[in-house]
This record gives sequence, structure tokens and C-alpha cells, in this order.
Amino acid sequence: MTPETFLLEEQQAGGTQEKPQEPKRTENFVFGIPQNGLQQKQREVPLDEPPPLPANSELTYIGKPTQRYDGPAKAMGKGKYTADIQLPGMLYARMVDATIPHGRIVSIDTSEAEKLPGVRAVHVIEHVYGVAELRDPKLETPSRYPTIRYAGQPIAGVAAMTQQIADDAAKLVKVQYDTKPFVVDRAEAREDDAPVVFPGPADAAGSAGGGGGPTDVPQKGNVHGPKRRLNGDMDKGFADADVVVQSEYFTQVQTHSALETHGFVVDWKPDEITVYASTQGTASVRDEFADVFKLPKSKVRVITEYMGGGFGAKFGAGNEGVVAANLSRKADAPVKLMLDRRQEHIVSNRPDSHQKLKIGAKSDGTLTAIQLTSYGTAGVGTGAGTAGPATNLYKCPNLLTEEYDVFINAGPGAAFRAPGHPQGCFAFEQAIDELAVKLKMDPLALREKIDESPARKAERQLILERTNWRNRKPDGSDTGPIKRGMGIAQSVWYRFIDMDSSCEVRVSRDGSVELMSAVQDIGGGTKTILAQVVAEEFGIPPAMVVIRIGDTRFPIGPNSGGSVTAGSITPAVRNAAYQVKQKLFAAVAPSFGTTADNLIVQNGRVVFRNDTSKTYSLKQVAAKLPTNEISARATRVPEYSKERLTYGGVDYVELAVDTETGRVHVEKVFGAHDCGRPINPTGVISQINGGMLQGISYALFEQRIMDRNAGYMLNANLENYKILGAREVPEIEVVLVENYIAQSSTDAAGIGESAGIITLAAAIGNAFYNATGVRMRRIPMTPAGVLTALGKVQEEVQA
Amino acid sequence: MADTPKIEISRRGFLKGAGITAATGVIESANAFARDAKGALHGAQTIGPDALPIKLHINGRELAVSVEPRYTLAETLRDNLGLTGTKVVCDRGSCSACTVWIDNVPALACMTLAVDAVGREITTIEGLSHGDTMHSVQAAFVKHDAMQCGFCTPGMVMSCAALLERNPTPKLDDVKHAVSGNLCRCGTYPKVFAATLDAAQQRAQASGLVNLDTGREA
Repeated sequence: MTPETFLLEEQQAGGTQEKPQEPKRTENFVFGIPQNGLQQKQREVPLDEPPPLPANSELTYIGKPTQRYDGPAKAMGKGKYTADIQLPGMLYARMVDATIPHGRIVSIDTSEAEKLPGVRAVHVIEHVYGVAELRDPKLETPSRYPTIRYAGQPIAGVAAMTQQIADDAAKLVKVQYDTKPFVVDRAEAREDDAPVVFPGPADAAGSAGGGGGPTDVPQKGNVHGPKRRLNGDMDKGFADADVVVQSEYFTQVQTHSALETHGFVVDWKPDEITVYASTQGTASVRDEFADVFKLPKSKVRVITEYMGGGFGAKFGAGNEGVVAANLSRKADAPVKLMLDRRQEHIVSNRPDSHQKLKIGAKSDGTLTAIQLTSYGTAGVGTGAGTAGPATNLYKCPNLLTEEYDVFINAGPGAAFRAPGHPQGCFAFEQAIDELAVKLKMDPLALREKIDESPARKAERQLILERTNWRNRKPDGSDTGPIKRGMGIAQSVWYRFIDMDSSCEVRVSRDGSVELMSAVQDIGGGTKTILAQVVAEEFGIPPAMVVIRIGDTRFPIGPNSGGSVTAGSITPAVRNAAYQVKQKLFAAVAPSFGTTADNLIVQNGRVVFRNDTSKTYSLKQVAAKLPTNEISARATRVPEYSKERLTYGGVDYVELAVDTETGRVHVEKVFGAHDCGRPINPTGVISQINGGMLQGISYALFEQRIMDRNAGYMLNANLENYKILGAREVPEIEVVLVENYIAQSSTDAAGIGESAGIITLAAAIGNAFYNATGVRMRRIPMTPAGVLTALGKVQEEVQA
Repeated sequence: MADTPKIEISRRGFLKGAGITAATGVIESANAFARDAKGALHGAQTIGPDALPIKLHINGRELAVSVEPRYTLAETLRDNLGLTGTKVVCDRGSCSACTVWIDNVPALACMTLAVDAVGREITTIEGLSHGDTMHSVQAAFVKHDAMQCGFCTPGMVMSCAALLERNPTPKLDDVKHAVSGNLCRCGTYPKVFAATLDAAQQRAQASGLVNLDTGREA
């Protein structure tokens, strides 16, 4: 999802739901950043909106560090993930995938597999989902089997009594191929005589989590694009510049590597299909199952109680979901199909990039022109654009971005935590530092000059106050073999809202409170923040609110992609809690000899507004309900104002470069981040720690390696695909900057994207330059890459 | 090129071969296993491939289960015994998500054959807590929010709890070393370190209450 298309969708969603004649009232909201002085903002809000919340410092549960709702279940191993689901009579399945990178299937013989004792069903795939598709399918000779365009492409599935038998049977499926020439290298794929992955233009749609590339662009050979955006006049912009920086950067393919693989348990029954899904969007899974199998949505139930990591790649039915459903239907039994680890490395990735940047500036730092050309490969998908940071971080009158996707015979790219931004930031925020060097300006001072974001201004101030930045040495001034440096980089992400965010809050006569929504908790702590929001309304501790989510039998919830969850669902939750509280007070007020408007919640008690000596517990109040339960349902109300809003952060890195071994040790990271009103600072900081560590891992270790001769991913496992471990964790400090935006009844926002994953590679690059005086233009910064950059070994051939 | 199935030595195939040899050693010391698989004593080849009944000592209980010799302990715990707290992530010994204790020493359940675990004390994440009462390391993980998606958490807890058994006063570097094999994709490490150091401190303060043999609060 690009910022532009999202904001368009958001306006449309808001526009269709908004009734122009709806009566409104005016309210004053807390607004701004505490560090810069809080202000008031007047907004028109619907009449039944709850009253504005004060700043976090005046609240009881919202904004306070809160224990993870399902922490004990996770720590005790009691949480049931999709991989853990066991149903009576359940079969285990294994996916069969292509062993060649490019070609046509001549025949598939499943008879040996079917004969193996214990095998109950085999299903051969007719259509591959999640990859680019030809605009004109007639360009390929029709076949009953999809064309194979990457090694690891799903072909069939086998279901058996045990996983071991399914694994055996999968090996017995015999596939005969007619092979074609292939290309697995981005640079090679751009050449005129390269084998073509698609015989004509092809496009890939994004998922509910974003990703995907433009569909209205030209394609020549494997090169799809450009998506071109021009503001202003580039010739004038560069003519106005006193200084011009031109540079080139390269990033690698990163795989999502969620610990729980993509997978489903599907129980196909005539009256309802039950789907246990390792997904970031129960709604997206229901939509795609209904779509693929031509079923009414009312007959598809999706359950995701616990989810073992997605990072952007887990939306919709996927090939594994479709295969599991077909196997379940054929075998008339529930089927569990989890990808194996090798398949998990191939199912999705963050595209690579080759970026050329040209930036012009006045001698005082004012930007006059930004030009970016990027090529990236999302394998057999699209969505390798990197222009987000260059477009949205700093204001510049003249901007030209051209983004190309390059098809290769490798697994499809997918949305991955801040799609396009870690790549874009690695290049752009280093180029800004290159500009600072040319201008002889401090990199932080340059950003102070060109950055208009009030939140990042407060965040840079925190860097100055809380880190060693003021003692930064001149670039490359360390004399010994170990050289230390510090660097910063800034991030931008966008306020996306999913209007399909609904919930129900229920109060029973015994005083118990439940919340129900189909929204899922993918590890970010959604259950906890929902409990806090309900708790605040009723004045009871969050642990006393029962949270039931991750089931499409409950009101629809947002898909968790693009940091939408907290900002989308918490206002609906607060509104439902507020409404049920008003209903409760109206129902019981006569029993207390008063009126509903005289009852309020104060310090955890229900009190009389006109006589605060009269106080009752929620339990005492609910006991007077005339019915056994009372409930209210609410759906996300459109944003109070249609301003384009972004979030961001500034991250600071201290590192040491061993110039003899080529090893980079990140020693300290300090980050200051904003995400609207933080609901649970504990969970937000956990997510930022994680984003930073993923960012370090991306910068130093991770890299998909393709065998150019055979067309396979060589390191599709967790020992050769290196991910940061405990030994590489630096000292980390995170400060949250509250940023009240007066947009909804909670003002919450997500942090998943703008959590350090965007900035760390760039900040490490800038710190590396400060340490050594050498600019790192490629990640990962492996010892070989570092020694090459330092001129200590001869340059390797690199893509 | 690859139009015929490749002949390869899979990890599972390798384990199967290695396991038969190792299982022979176990048979001599494990009466329960020997009784159930008497024929196996006369030659390694006669074990399997069919399932055979074995008994495993898991979390203080003896559980009967029927396994093929090739089943890993992780598969047996999860698929045959419903103990799904032990997670399988890489399935080849490179991520430690499946960490259990075998005779009180951390071990990878995905690299251990179920038949090799006969006669040994197996402790899984489910056995670390008592009912709803968490082990001190589990409680510290919750207190410090040392988890996000939670999929690596059981393995992390088992590694950290084992560390406190062998070193009740660990330093930060000891904790890093103890979980250096435990992969977490959400990046919970800083809080895992804090939780484990805190748990050690809590236990030291309440040391009179800790049974050093089992590591469980008395």
C-alpha cells in the first residue's frame, strides 16, 4: 500500500460513511507534544461520541505500563497457535513444490503418493495466488497446470494420517517438467537478452497488508515500470542548488522468517468452513476463502487466537490455505497444512534495491531538488518501490521519483514491515548525511533545517539531551584498528485507518465485562490495549476485562498491516464501552433514586455527580440491571479531520568497526519515537526494541542467496540465513514522544512500521562513515563487504 | 534437469539411521523400552518402520505412546501427546524453539528421537509451572514483557530457567550466552535478559524457598 493510494482509500471510506447532515457538537481536545507544550484543538464530532480524553498523565489505565493480557498463557506455553491446533480426526498435510525455477509442467503423477498407506487426499493446484499475473493470459499456451516461474512454487498438497506420512507422500508425487531458461539475478534480468519471467506485461496486486506494485505502467522484458512522480521542475531545482550529491545504494532481499510458518487448519463442513489461520487479518482470510470457493462469507469462520509472527506477509488465504481447504473437502476431515521452514523462506520477502539518488541543496541546507531512480526485484511479484522516505521525510519543491520492478525467477515479494522504507531510508538518509558532509554541517543540524515535523524536532532534541551526539568526533578520525562512530537516521510512516473496525462490549449482571471483535493480536499486544481502553471507561483494572478476539463470529476487525490496528480499533472499543456504560446507567439509575446523567465513574467507583460521598462498585451497579446482560456495538467513526498525518522517529547508533576483521559491532541504540497517544508504553517499547533489532539484523546479517546456476535459494534455513541473535543485541534505550492529534476518541496509533526497522540500516551506515570515513553503499555489511569497502580485499562481483 | 525425484539423504533419513544405533544403547538401560520392543534387541534393523509402544517420563508422569522410530521427541510431544507448548520452528537444531530439559539439561526436542528419550526425565514448558502458578522465570518474563508473538517464548523460558539452575547468580553475559541459540524474530532479547536477571535476583532473595534439586519453588 503506497501512501497515496491509502490516503485515497481512506478518504473514500470516510466519505461514503459520513452523513453530511449528521448533527455534530464541538469539543476541545488535547493537542500536540508535551515537550513542545500541550495545546487545545477544537473539533466537530458526532453527537454520540464519548467526551474527549485528557492527556495520558491524567488517566488511570490508558498510557500506563500494563502487563500483557496473554503474557501468562504465552510464558506457560498454553497459547494455542494455528500450528498447535488439533481436531478430532485431523489430517496432516505437506505442500509439494517446484524443483525447477522456470518451465511448464508436462505431467503430474500422484498415484504412488495416493497408494501410500495413510494418505487420505491429494490435491493438485490449478491456480497460483500471490504472484504477478499476465495482463494478457493468451500470451501463454493454455495448460491445466500453472507455469512454473520459481523454484519452490506450490504444485500440490498431500494429506495423511500423520505428518511423517504426508512428508513421505509429498516426495512420491512425480512431476515432469519442460524446463525454460531462467534468471535469478536482478542486474542480469535487466539485460536485453535475459530470459523473460513473463512473456508479456504482468502485474501483482498487494495484499490486505499492502505491498504490490503499480498496474498502469509499461513493461519491457523483465523491467516493469517506472512508476513516475514529478513535482516541480527538476532543471530549475538543480540550477538553484549550491551543492549536489549523487550516490548509489544497494540493498538485499530479506525474508520475513516468522517463527510460526504460514499455515492453516481447515475443517470443511457443508454448513460452515472453519479456518484456523496464522494470519494478520481474519477478515482478509474470510474474504479470500469466500472469493476462491464462491461461498457466502456467512459460511466461513476464521479463528486466530495466537499468531507466531507475520511482519506483513500473512494475509488472505494463500496457496497453502486454498490447498488445505481442498484437501479437507476431499478427505472429509480437518486438515492442518503448515509450510516447512524451507518453504517459509520462499513464500515471501522484502524486495532488494539498486537506488540512484541526486539531491541538490542551497549552502544553508535548504533542499532544492531530489531525484530517485530505483530498481528492485520482488521475484515473481511487484512492489519494490523505495520512494517513501525521499518523498515524505522533507519538504522539497522539486521531486522526481522513478521506481522499477524487475521480475526474476524467485519467490514473490510481500509487504514487510514498512514496505519500501528500510530500503529507501538506507539510501536517502545516508545521502542526506553525504549532503551534510559536503555542506560541512552537522547531520543533525541539517535535519533541523529541512525537517518540518514537530514530533521529530522533539525527538532530535532528545537525541541531543540523552546521547553522546555532542561529542561526535570528526569522520574517520580514530587511528587504531577499531574505529568508533555514531550516526542518526529518521523515519516516516503514515496514519492509515481501516474503517472495518467494529466490536461489542457486554456487561453482565454480575459485573463482568467482555469485549468481542474479530481483530487479531499478532504479538503487538492488541488484547492488552483493548482491555486498557475498556478498563478506563469502567474504572476497573484491565485484567478484569475479558478480551475475546480473533474470531470472525465477532464483529469485523481491521487487518493488522501498515500499523493500522491500534488507531483503527481502539476508538470503536472506547465508543462501545462508553455506550454500554451509558445504557447501564440509564437502566439502573431509578434503582439508585437518581438519573443516568448523575452517575459517573471516578477513581474506579461509580459515584453521584452531585454527591461524591455516594459511591458504588461496578458490581453493585450491575446487580441492579433489569436484564441479565446489556451490550453495545460500535464501528469506527471517520477521522475527526481529514489532515494527512504521519508518524516517525529518530534513531541514534553507536558502533565499532574492526577494520582488521571487517566486523561491525553495534554497541548502543537510542530511539525517540511517536505514535499518537501511546496506550500501553510497555508494548510499544517491546515493538520498537524488535524493530530496531530487525533493522540491525537487516543491516548486518540477513541476505537471501540464490544459486545462479541452478536457480534455487541456497540458504532457505535458519543456520545459513543469518538472523541477529542474543550475542548481537546492543544496549537499547527507547523514549516515547506522546503526540496528541485530536483525530479519534482514543488518538491511538500503531508503531509496527515506524519502530526502528526503517532507520537502523541508514543510522548504522552513517555511524560507519563517522567511524571510518568510508561510505557503506551495500547491505548486509558482512565482514567481506566491509573489508571490500575499506579497500582491504579485492572487490567481489556483486549484484 | 530435475524432472525425476532426487535421491537425497534427508535430515530425517539421517536421523532415522543414527537413531537406530543410538536406540540400541538406550535399550540396555531402559527396561520399559526393552520390554516393549524385545525383538529389537537382536538387531537394529528390526526396529520399525512400524510404530511401537514406548513409555516416556514427562513432567513427572509416565506416558504411554506409540511412535515410529523416526519420530522426533518434538513431534511426539506435540502430535502424539498434545504437549504443544514445545514449538517447532527450524526443525533442524538451529533455533532452540523446541528446547526441553532431558535429565535437567536443556536439549533440542527436534534433534532427539522419541525412542532415545525413553528412561530419561523429560521436562517441558508445561511442566515448569504448577497449575496456574508460574515458575519464577515465567513470572519474570510476564513482568518484563519478554515476549511479543510468543512463539519462541517457551524455548527461551526453558533455556533461561536452566541457566538459573546451573548458575543462580548470572551476569548479563551469562544470560546472552544461555539464549545465544534461541532465535526470536520479534526482537524480545533485551527484555529476556532483564527478566532472567530479575528472576535470579528474586530467587536469591527468597533462596530459602527454592529447592535446588528441582529448581522449583517449594
